[in-house]
Amino acid sequence: MTAEREPLPGSHKTLEPIGHRALKLAVIGTAAGVFSGLFGVGGGTVIVPLLMLWLGYGPREATGTSLAAIVFIAAFAAATQGVYGNVHVLDAVLMGVPAVGGVLIGTWLQQRLGTRTISLLFAAVLVASAVELLAQ
Amino acid sequence: MIGAIAIGLCAGVVAGLLGVGGGVLFVPGLVILLGLGQHQAEATSLLAIVPVAIVGTIKQDGYGNVRRKDALLMGLLSIAGAAAGVALANALSGAVLRDGFALLMVLVAAQLVRRALGEQSNPDPPRGDASRRNSPISPDSA
Repeated sequence: MTAEREPLPGSHKTLEPIGHRALKLAVIGTAAGVFSGLFGVGGGTVIVPLLMLWLGYGPREATGTSLAAIVFIAAFAAATQGVYGNVHVLDAVLMGVPAVGGVLIGTWLQQRLGTRTISLLFAAVLVASAVELLAQ
Repeated sequence: MIGAIAIGLCAGVVAGLLGVGGGVLFVPGLVILLGLGQHQAEATSLLAIVPVAIVGTIKQDGYGNVRRKDALLMGLLSIAGAAAGVALANALSGAVLRDGFALLMVLVAAQLVRRALGEQSNPDPPRGDASRRNSPISPDSA
């Protein structure tokens, strides 16, 4: 009898009511939307950890699912920014299309390089850029 | 024009290589190199993210990493938040927004350092081990 109440590892996930799951996804989507709209980024910084913490996603599923959600989030936020007249469409196209090629090259390189040193170097570049932004 | 192409290409390579999002690179690139205002840079970054995220999604879906229903639900339910975030951004001055963004960049840098040092203490083979390596972590914050 008591064994019945003992929480089985992972069992709460499958028994979780569907409504709760949808609610969590709505909260994550909303939070990511605010973050994306405010900062002009996709929102994966918010989505990936929340999917892992709240919904038990693994890192790869969280990353993949986050990217798919970002297609909608960034499109909604870009459209809203368009209403404010802030979008430079030509620059976005000139930047976004080569970026697709860049990402493909980057992921190809990732399979072949140790990225630790590059990560640390790039972190330094980010901090330097942040200082540059703050100084402006 | 060349500047925008260069930013896109470089940001894309770094995003694919290190698993950071394109946006965190597009925005400072547009501000520092092309001289856009913070609001214009953020808005332009958002539009540029869309093709990157579409291609990334197709690749990740090929690896079986996309839970489509969850992604669709999250994406569609983000619309109010996205509108609110954009409204908030436009209510703030460029200077305040830029400082907030600088803070975000420092946080992403800290995340990169933590991940890099984590890999150091728990090293994995540079290639080989296909189960860990064959589906690259792609830009998680696009």
